[in-house]
Amino acid sequence: MTKKKIRRQNAVTYGIVILFWAVVQLMDRTGNLSSLFKGLLVPLCMYAILAVSLNLTVGVLGELSLGHAGFMCLGAFSGAFFTKCMDAAIPSVGLRFFLALILGAAVAGFFGFLIGIPVLRLKGDYLAIVTLAFGEIIKNLLNVLYVGRDSSGFHFSIKDTLSLGMDETGEVIIKGAQGITGTPRAATFTIGILLLLLTLFIVLNLMDSRTGRAIMAIRDNRIAAESIGIPVTRYKLTAFSISAALAGAAGVLYAHSLSTLQATSNNFGYNKSILILVFVVLGGLGNMRGSIIAAVLLTALPELLRGLNDYRMLIYAVVLIVMTIFNSSPRAIEMRSVWMEKLRRRGQGKKEAA
Amino acid sequence: MSFLSYFISGVSLGAVYAIIALGYTMVYGIARMLNFAHGDVIMVGGFAIFTVVSTMGLPPLLGILAGIVVCTVLGVAIERVAYRPLRGASSLAVLITAIGVSYLLQNVALLIFGSNSRQFTSVVTLPNLVLADGKLTISSITIVTIVTCLVIMVALTAFINKTKIGQAMLAVSEDRGAASLMGIDVNKTIAVTFAIGSALAAVAGALLCSAYPSLTPYTGSMPGIKAFTAAVFGGIGSIPGALIGGIVLGVIENLSKAYISSQLSDAIVFAVLILVLLVRPTGILGRQIPEKV
Repeated sequence: MTKKKIRRQNAVTYGIVILFWAVVQLMDRTGNLSSLFKGLLVPLCMYAILAVSLNLTVGVLGELSLGHAGFMCLGAFSGAFFTKCMDAAIPSVGLRFFLALILGAAVAGFFGFLIGIPVLRLKGDYLAIVTLAFGEIIKNLLNVLYVGRDSSGFHFSIKDTLSLGMDETGEVIIKGAQGITGTPRAATFTIGILLLLLTLFIVLNLMDSRTGRAIMAIRDNRIAAESIGIPVTRYKLTAFSISAALAGAAGVLYAHSLSTLQATSNNFGYNKSILILVFVVLGGLGNMRGSIIAAVLLTALPELLRGLNDYRMLIYAVVLIVMTIFNSSPRAIEMRSVWMEKLRRRGQGKKEAA
Repeated sequence: MSFLSYFISGVSLGAVYAIIALGYTMVYGIARMLNFAHGDVIMVGGFAIFTVVSTMGLPPLLGILAGIVVCTVLGVAIERVAYRPLRGASSLAVLITAIGVSYLLQNVALLIFGSNSRQFTSVVTLPNLVLADGKLTISSITIVTIVTCLVIMVALTAFINKTKIGQAMLAVSEDRGAASLMGIDVNKTIAVTFAIGSALAAVAGALLCSAYPSLTPYTGSMPGIKAFTAAVFGGIGSIPGALIGGIVLGVIENLSKAYISSQLSDAIVFAVLILVLLVRPTGILGRQIPEKV
């Protein structure tokens, strides 16, 4: 693709996001937005960011990661922790949220880097299971972590509140399985969209840079890339850490849309990582626009099917299977190309007749 | 004595993981795919046995038989409908379909049986073994589980090494293209693999639910992931690897539950997995295949 074409494609992607924002704003002003859909808006942004960031690892770098929810969890907890701690120091909720986003992304990115050093030596399914394991470890550790603060500073424990040993001014901030409560719900749809645009900007520009081309060269043929002097480990780590940091930012967004943040399997378990992977694969590997569309459609689908109650997840599962087979089965691909050929011929025939 | 009893129940838990891991390992070795729905086949087996034994009141042996039949048919059907059309497609696409099948099985079970947990009656009715003047009690299900696991391992190894279809399975896992040129029906071989793996899942379901008698539509998913971990741990594609991986994992899980923290046992299991993979990137018994340019 030429540079111009890439730019145009990227502009369309940004345009779609902005258009979506505008339409939702318009619907909100005219009162056409149901409360169900309103509640979905921030999660939609969050899933879109997660899908784009995971696509960087899976689509652009070409490594299967099943631990994305773990990085999101790290970001969510460090962001919410920061917001709670700085309650008195920074009275402005907006500023605190902004700093929390930066901190959450930094923490998740740092852990992505740490985990990436040993893990990225592994390949394929081994990498997948190890990233899954890391995600589960992070979730389990946060479930038993107690952090409190009193006049003498921070106290940590992995047993219970009492063993923190605080004086009477003490306040428990992270309360084991009960998590963090009372985070201000500062996340709005507009902030989510801005964060999504920023994520897109980072990822799309990365793909269109020297670094991005090196990363894609590693994906396409690691040995060839290595032999022309591309430092494989460094670029792999770069992509993996950026992906983790963006997931962390999405986690902070998530934490600030809830009043109680808990590290349950529903929120941050491996099922969540798999869900994000589904968005990435169905949207198309390396295709950021596809990731966003898949994330929005597949998040909205179960909610739109709510009228069907018990059957909605069943339909979701069937849609998933049928869509994948239609998308990727060799026979379906062949059939599609035959149809396209027929359509083209018919179009040509009409032109000739006229 | 309490250490010994924790250890033995860990071995028993590991034996269940090993039986489930066999299903993962065989399918992976032959079809090069992660069958994420395998854990849910265990759950279906559990419900089939539950229906026959607790609802219809038939003897447990008949229940296990019914469970095996249901799971085998289910496994072959899943392979035919969801995985075979994707042969030759990217492994990620197959992974996503497998996830879809997993959701599908869970939600069908949810529709039929509801989300309340069912009390599973143990399929083993033998008395417990009391050793050392009552200081050490080993429950009968523990013994049955370990013995069953060993029998399955021996039988499966013999099946693969001695029968024609077993040799075909080996050939397909070695080189699918070459195997089909030698006249091996690849599709049939993969279907047989799924049948065996799913039948084993039914057995695992019976043993798992007898030892931990609460049955919900999500019963299979965590043991499934753990067994998959065990398969990777032992070296995916290797049958003795599945046994070693399963038992090591079960023992670590039980001992850390008993002596460290029940909340952290999963984290410890996964941490050990990561350490092992960092030292041996293809698992304990996995083969390292050098990359060719």
